[in-house]
Amino acid sequence: MEKGISRRSFLKSGLAAAGAAAASTVALPESVKGAKETELATLIDIRKCIGCEACVEACRDVNAGKYPVPSKPYPKMYPSSVKVSDWSGKKDVTDRLTPYNWVFIQHAQVVLKGKKEELTFPRRCMHCQNPPCADLCPWGAARKLDNGISVIHPDICLGGSKCKDVCPWKIPQRQTGVGLYLKILPSLGGNGVMYKCDRCYERVAKGELPACIEVCPEKVQKIGPREEILKEAKEIAREIGGYIYGADENGGTNTIYVSPVPFEELNKAIEKGDGKPHFKKVADSMAHVDNLAKAMVIAPFAGLAAAALKMVSFASKEKEGGK
Amino acid sequence: MKTKIETATAPGRPKTLRRLYILTFIVLAFTGFGQMPIFKRYGLSSIPGLGWSANYYATHYIHYLGAIFLIALMAYTAADFFASRRKYFRLTKAGVLQIALLSAVVATGVFRVLKNLPDVVFSPGFTMFIDLSHLAFMMLYFLAALFLLITGRKWLSPIQR
Ligand code: SF4
Ligand code: SF4
Ligand code: SF4
Repeated sequence: MEKGISRRSFLKSGLAAAGAAAASTVALPESVKGAKETELATLIDIRKCIGCEACVEACRDVNAGKYPVPSKPYPKMYPSSVKVSDWSGKKDVTDRLTPYNWVFIQHAQVVLKGKKEELTFPRRCMHCQNPPCADLCPWGAARKLDNGISVIHPDICLGGSKCKDVCPWKIPQRQTGVGLYLKILPSLGGNGVMYKCDRCYERVAKGELPACIEVCPEKVQKIGPREEILKEAKEIAREIGGYIYGADENGGTNTIYVSPVPFEELNKAIEKGDGKPHFKKVADSMAHVDNLAKAMVIAPFAGLAAAALKMVSFASKEKEGGK
Repeated sequence: MKTKIETATAPGRPKTLRRLYILTFIVLAFTGFGQMPIFKRYGLSSIPGLGWSANYYATHYIHYLGAIFLIALMAYTAADFFASRRKYFRLTKAGVLQIALLSAVVATGVFRVLKNLPDVVFSPGFTMFIDLSHLAFMMLYFLAALFLLITGRKWLSPIQR
């Protein structure tokens, strides 16, 4: 483990910066560029991560312009039990998700091949294939793009935090004092804007790699059409006798982790809580209503059938009455 | 779903349908408003027995059930009107307005349902349009219903024979 730590601190000071400078020329793989309608997924190979946090730094650099600039003092909130979420004085926090930190490195002490080891891995939005954050956002502020990226539009979001409540990993993070709610009913509705990883969607649209992928000195992450990524993840898992997370979680996500230890074990070993997502098994959040959607197709026919039955019984009653 | 079976004489106003409709409307309005993050904020969910109202998945599920029932009810009512009440009643302007608004609520709702399906992705602009217009049509419908209630206007008026 000593080795890991010293390597990490070395990389933190040197390689990260070098990587960031050199990587500006790196582009999306050819298979991705041509795949306009294909959902893109990332592969995160946990074995390779050395926890240098270069990805965290790169994300913060590249996305700094999107970070909230709240106006203070914050509006008085009604009812007074409504709390502000203010991270503007804690922008340096990098050990969890915040509105100013969209990816962080999680640590897990595990036993691997009989030896105690520390595994590290980046955590951020999973970019679900059917994201409840986007499905259930009342305003259309959270949305899923054709390429499988889910984003929250900062000019539309009112900060009600519903996306976080319905997200199985509680990913989006709120900053008070910014956004549209200030122009509507700042004291009575809304509470800021929700922030999370947007998979560097502008860079991806330009054919560039997301910053965290580009900068990583160990090439922990890879991006490509989901089918290819999943296939590769399965191959690695087969080779190393490892495990996959994200293939089926929440109905399938566009982030696939490969780990040499079971995710139940990782989940036990990581620090969990607000801004620190778990690694539990996750059932498809939208499956129950998607099943009901089928019943909706039948509903008008059921109504018509009931009306027809009524008419038949009405006609026979009339006939009886006429006798 | 069953209305009172009329005898051989002219059918009356569909009272049972009206009651069922009002009940469905209340369920849909409550669970629909529950899709906005307000029930927890304003303490409704801390009222004993109403804790579930802050669970978006619960209210969403009930909203779908209500929508299924509403669609069936609308189909039934339309068929029932054309088959047995058309000769005795005509739709008033107020009725036409309400049916148009309700249809818009249902149509935008259907698009919301489609949006939630795993393989359907709408453009961000269209997503926002259907999300907001569902709410806007519902508010218009609600205001119109309130106006009709206050002014005593009805959807159907008897045809003088
Ligand atoms: S993913 Fe790459 S950049 Fe991020 S901490 Fe791991 S090794 Fe470093
Ligand atoms: S992980 Fe959460 S925030 Fe990210 S797409 Fe899925 S539901 Fe949305
Ligand atoms: S994809 Fe972009 S926004 Fe998301 S964690 Fe990586 S750098 Fe940050």
